[in-house]
Amino acid sequence: MKTLEIPTFECETGNHHTFCPISRVAWLYQKIEDSFFSVVGTKTCGYFLQNAPGVTILAEPRYATAESEEGDISAQLNDQKELRKICFQIKKDRNPSVIIWIGTRTTEIIKMDLEGIAPKLERQLGVPIIVARANGLDYAFTQGEDTVLAAMTHRCPEYDCYAMSQERRDAIDNVEEMNAAPAGSDRSNPKGRKLNNQTLVLFGSLPSGVASQSNSESKRQSIHVSGWLPSQRYAELPALGEGVYVCGVNPFLSRTATTLMRRRKCQLIGAPFPIGPDGTRAWIEKICSVFNVKPDGLEQRENQIWDNLRDYLRIVIGKSIFFMGDNLLEISLARFLIRCGMIVYEVGIPYMDKRYQAAELLLLQQTCEEMETPMPRIVEKPDNYSQVQRMHELKPNLAITGMAHANPLEARGIDTKWSVEFTFAQIHGSANARDVLELVTRPLRRNNDSILDWGSLSRQTLEI
Amino acid sequence: MKLAYWMHAGPAHIGTLRVASSFRNVHAIMHAPLGDDYFNVMRSTSERERDFTPVTASVVDRHVLARGSQEKVINNISRKDEEQCPDLIVSTPTCTSSILQEDLQNFVDRTSLSSKSDVILADVNYHRVNELQAADRTLEQIVRHYLDRARKQGTLDRSVTDTPSANIIGISTLGFHNQHDCRELKRSLRDLGIPVNQIIPEGGSLKDLKNLPRAWFNIVPYREVGLMTAIFLEKEYGMPYVSVTPMGILDTAEFISQMEKLVNAWASVLSEEKVNYISYIKNQTKFVSQAAWFSKSIDCQNLSGKEVVIFGDATHAASITKILVREMGIRVSCSGTYCKHDTEWFNEQVQGLCDEIIITEDHTEVGDTIACIEPSAIFGTQMERHIGKRIDIPCGVISSPVHIQNFPPGHRPFLGYEGTNQIADLVYNSFNLGMEDHSPDVFGGHDTKEVSTKSLSTDRDLNWTPEAGLELNKIPGFVRGRIKRNTEIFAKQNDITKITVDVMYAAKEKLST
Repeated sequence: MKTLEIPTFECETGNHHTFCPISRVAWLYQKIEDSFFSVVGTKTCGYFLQNAPGVTILAEPRYATAESEEGDISAQLNDQKELRKICFQIKKDRNPSVIIWIGTRTTEIIKMDLEGIAPKLERQLGVPIIVARANGLDYAFTQGEDTVLAAMTHRCPEYDCYAMSQERRDAIDNVEEMNAAPAGSDRSNPKGRKLNNQTLVLFGSLPSGVASQSNSESKRQSIHVSGWLPSQRYAELPALGEGVYVCGVNPFLSRTATTLMRRRKCQLIGAPFPIGPDGTRAWIEKICSVFNVKPDGLEQRENQIWDNLRDYLRIVIGKSIFFMGDNLLEISLARFLIRCGMIVYEVGIPYMDKRYQAAELLLLQQTCEEMETPMPRIVEKPDNYSQVQRMHELKPNLAITGMAHANPLEARGIDTKWSVEFTFAQIHGSANARDVLELVTRPLRRNNDSILDWGSLSRQTLEI
Repeated sequence: MKLAYWMHAGPAHIGTLRVASSFRNVHAIMHAPLGDDYFNVMRSTSERERDFTPVTASVVDRHVLARGSQEKVINNISRKDEEQCPDLIVSTPTCTSSILQEDLQNFVDRTSLSSKSDVILADVNYHRVNELQAADRTLEQIVRHYLDRARKQGTLDRSVTDTPSANIIGISTLGFHNQHDCRELKRSLRDLGIPVNQIIPEGGSLKDLKNLPRAWFNIVPYREVGLMTAIFLEKEYGMPYVSVTPMGILDTAEFISQMEKLVNAWASVLSEEKVNYISYIKNQTKFVSQAAWFSKSIDCQNLSGKEVVIFGDATHAASITKILVREMGIRVSCSGTYCKHDTEWFNEQVQGLCDEIIITEDHTEVGDTIACIEPSAIFGTQMERHIGKRIDIPCGVISSPVHIQNFPPGHRPFLGYEGTNQIADLVYNSFNLGMEDHSPDVFGGHDTKEVSTKSLSTDRDLNWTPEAGLELNKIPGFVRGRIKRNTEIFAKQNDITKITVDVMYAAKEKLST
């Protein structure tokens, strides 16, 4: 993979607001149905989890904090004994198929050997224990998912060439059966076309509905998706190994990609991410090109989606936008919104893997050229205070920002969209392009100019 | 180590931040890893705060682990000093800094030499105190700091005000209905001819703290935050305080008569006229507050003897217990608090008023108790509201921890005479809803949704494949109906009789709104 030189790339102080990566458990436990997530941390972690995911905590979640007390920190208590006690309690209460320990800053600082303890306890307990170090020392928000998936990669069964090809034959039969029925897919997937003979595993946790949409998108191109990391259940993790192609669906999965390549010898397809019709098309085209499949009807399909978006595009064209940055989806979203005709002033991003995101960055650059807009400045580890100052000067029509800044910015007359919503809304694939624009245009569609005529709703003076 | 799903009181630094960001022009700098500034999110969303929360993190990352913070904390403090010129910067330790054992005091000492702002280190031990205790401590620390300094500089004005006046101590950001309570307290005091000298920490200015001792006495409406400060002011400056929470008719009366005593004590010293608040109390109780009349009315008669469970912070749980038992004749089967550090006081308050007292930080213990008692209503925190939801018992929220819905824009005090009205509403509505829920059941329900369908779903010529049906079930309940309808409309328009997963997606692309 080659990296792209970006002239507008900067790095600031990193004094920015984002969610702690452990927040991703609130999402992942719902995705992996038979899992239990245990965050090994302090009250700070627990209180965050209870406040950030909001009401989900009250619905008997399959996650909890193993709360360190003073005795744990000062090593008066034995880590292994304490964790053993907790895991047996979890097994008794919930009987999960897998327990995932989320290491936090506390376990890092006191150097608790979670990776060492886990295999021992696993044998005693009879339940697999996966360790993911998703702490705020090293990672931001969605990168929590990255660490969990990277750890889970090691638990995927070994890819067996013979067994797999049998399975694929079955799959092809199934697909052909299904193709006989609906009128819609007959056109895009002519009956005679055989599915390609490669194994493709997609990684990144998507709502199951969106995942099956992606499956059918690639099926239209005669490419069979043989598995997802993560799967709906722990027992259904996909087989990995030499000869398996993998492709990411989210921009924050660089560790998982690296692990898949280096440790499981998979081949990574570096593609833009399937966000927006342009991204989805480029994503599929890239996969097709790797599998030597001539993409069929993609352009027509993309145009059709754009056509359906016309009402929203009318709202966004010419509007300016500022990403403060907190969840690593920023580059892909910016690229899509530039294609929609928006002007992006700044893309803040907590961490930028120029290799993993190379294809996405290239597409961003191409999009800017085609739309004849300057490349936005990309700011890694942004400084929120400076960003707010810049925003006062630039006066963007919309700021994509965390909750900590949303209300204060609104009070100062800058429309905002809460960035975290993009991480749990359905934004992947052509079919969901509307949902992205639904989110982006929501603040723009509100008609409260009459109130804003009264000026800023804050008493605080602005120092610029 | 213990397994925890939920906690009623947050970690210590939250308390410190609540106090620091309540004061005007005070900035807090946390020594913490990325993501620990979620306090800003809580304040900005729950309180719907218009201004940027004056809290920043001096981010602890790998470099800090390897080499210590070195200049980082110092630079962050100096930078804030230049950028925003706060009166005070509170360096806030977190669990991370307590484990790292960095010498934050040293950083503070070094920066306070060069910065225009004052800089102090919040003196809270992460492992020993919770949010509420930390808030109490930090408030006392800040008050002590500024009074000591004023004394040293000789700028302390120790003369009391000419007319009776009071300080209100303990109103803070993210406190349960604190803003409304504060307004109500001010109104009551104005009615009684007692001007408010100062309110701290909410909206308080540090420059004014030196005038705190000019008030005749202090008011501490909540036990959790402010008591330490009041005790400090009593010890060092001889200021008496009223710590009765004016919640409910009887305690509000008690609160006012204690104030009367304090005012009269000073009045005799200053040879002023004595005050008598009895007629005020009578008039308010009988005619301004509806609560006394409500207790007498037949509505409330229906509530007598009904069983409830109460759980919350010490102040609210104790006060609500007293109100329900003494003022409304409701039977409190169990009353409890998560304020373990205040066990003794709580026991004393509710002793004899309830069948059982429960003091615990474990929400499952509370849940089990509620499930076992099966009361007609629960009065608790958001957690108890959800427990109630699960077992179908109505719940009125009376205490933190709370959600955004418990920060209403409308005036909803719990204290004072208007507070008694609000509580009467809350109590009555909780029970009434429970009754309403039950009576339709007795008559077999009056739900007719089985009979009438205005949707297209009854069309029998449309056929959902099992896969599509499965897919439909994955869609969240609240939009499922709409998606189903849209898909079917789409299918009809396109002469499709068999709805497959592909048809669903095609419909979504075409029709979704």
